[in-house]
Amino acid sequence: MKDTMEIRWHGRGGQGAKTAALLLADVAFKTGKYVQGFPEYGPERMGAPITAYNRISSSPITVHSNIYEPDYVVVVDESLLESIDVTKGLKEGGAVIINSERTKEELAPYLHGYKGAVYTVNAKQISLKALGKNYPNSPMLAAAVAVSNVMDRNEFLKEMKTSFQHKFAKKPEVIEGNMRALKMAFDEAC
Amino acid sequence: MIKIMAIRERLSGNEAVAYAIKQINPDVMPAFPITPSTEIPQYVANYIANGEIDTEFIHVESEHSAMSATVGASAAGARAVTATSSCGMALMWEELYVAASNRLPIVLALVNRALSGPININADHSDSMGARDSGWIQIYAESNQEVYDNFLQAYPIAENEKVHLPVMVCQDGFITSHGVENIYLVEDEKVKDFVGEYNPKHYLLNTEEKLAVGPYAVSCYYMETKRGQRQAMIEARQVILDVAARFEKMTGRKYGFFEEYQMEDAEYAVVLIGSAAGTCKAAIDHIRSTSGKKVGLIKIRVFRPFPEEELAKALSKVKAVAIMDRSEMFSATSGPLGAEVRAAMYQARCTADTVNYFYGLGGRDITVPDFEQVYDKLETLAETHTIMDMYTYIGLRDQQTKED
Repeated sequence: MKDTMEIRWHGRGGQGAKTAALLLADVAFKTGKYVQGFPEYGPERMGAPITAYNRISSSPITVHSNIYEPDYVVVVDESLLESIDVTKGLKEGGAVIINSERTKEELAPYLHGYKGAVYTVNAKQISLKALGKNYPNSPMLAAAVAVSNVMDRNEFLKEMKTSFQHKFAKKPEVIEGNMRALKMAFDEAC
Repeated sequence: MIKIMAIRERLSGNEAVAYAIKQINPDVMPAFPITPSTEIPQYVANYIANGEIDTEFIHVESEHSAMSATVGASAAGARAVTATSSCGMALMWEELYVAASNRLPIVLALVNRALSGPININADHSDSMGARDSGWIQIYAESNQEVYDNFLQAYPIAENEKVHLPVMVCQDGFITSHGVENIYLVEDEKVKDFVGEYNPKHYLLNTEEKLAVGPYAVSCYYMETKRGQRQAMIEARQVILDVAARFEKMTGRKYGFFEEYQMEDAEYAVVLIGSAAGTCKAAIDHIRSTSGKKVGLIKIRVFRPFPEEELAKALSKVKAVAIMDRSEMFSATSGPLGAEVRAAMYQARCTADTVNYFYGLGGRDITVPDFEQVYDKLETLAETHTIMDMYTYIGLRDQQTKED
């Protein structure tokens, strides 16, 4: 268990937090790791808070519980900060990564005295610039990979390109924008 | 030593089952969607639409019709499959018994989910445990790998001449069905050889042999039919082991009625079913490496036919046992697994102290620390022989623990 990295995602139904967790599992798998990516649903509806999880390890993973002491927390929707303690159980050696245009200092009151690292990524702005639409999950995925250092930039981008080529086989015009969003977020989070 | 090739993949439990169905290419799949099993017919429908398999998909208006059509297809002589969960299976209830008593080798991909009410979509064994008396073989999985492997073994068990019973291949809703994990897939050709062609001896579409399926049975036939079903369950034991041995030869992965984890010298044992077994294994590794306490796990894979003698033997040397149920049956004594395990131990004169836990109902999470507490309590139980309640709960909120 010691070599297992644990990540918790907070988002709202329909924003793609679950998809981001599954994509992270996907790219980590391709680098030879053992992975888990799974959602925890409350009520099944758009806009309801959802949590998704990742375990990434160099040895087989047997645990099937949710994650209570994550190494990293990714907040896809900052409005959740007001109702959920996203830093609950978060290890001090880890980090919280928040999709926000606000600064770390402005977000501090919502982080319940968390002493570890705080990163903000303006995923909305990145997505609008790169894609012309607000899809925050791709930038947040790139930020999570950059901060957690689960794999290096080139390897990540290479695997994501393959994934997008498969995922968007019928609309290849969106691949370039998505790749641009990943690169911008990766570099902003570094 | 034969080098075993395999395809390294990462799939959700639902994807894994759908992939197994694709590799097997059954003749007919009638299905009606219900969370969390919906993806299985959805993926299979895609395979069919893409021309990858030629399974006849039947869109039905309810699960009652889904199982009826599956029964009809199987009686006609086809290899038939369906998938469901929770209330969907509740609506199949009548036909579950019809499938089993007519000795139809149907395979049902069941994604375990709590029965209503209150309405809940998460993992719980109340659906399949309620159907434990229906005459179906029931095989459960801890992981995506296991549900895939179990599915590949299901038809060779069901279609064996000595058995001819339907098989329910169960996995935990969301935990494995929607969780993506590493998995090793078997090559298509090997799967085809392993599962083989289905050539029923007796079937409705055989013009050479006229027969009736499902006629009225007066009292002088009904009881013998039930005894016949029991005989098939008895015969199924050896067939399940034979198929598992053949599977091990192909993949290197070993299966039996149950898995014993760290049981060789275990003094305190947990017995349970499904995905929580993996969490329990992590607790065992932690306890053994820190305190050295001799703790172990028995994970039931085959619940019907229930392996009572083998299980009692595996528990014959332990001091205390926690039997853990993921469904309620409102018995004064225990949950469904608790009742079976205690009966098996009593008959074999096992003297270990036992306690029955309810956990994980409606998807309530169970963690490594929860299992560590279970083992702590087992130690106390073995030392004091203090009679605890016949059953108790894990993670239940009360007035002392208001945290949600």
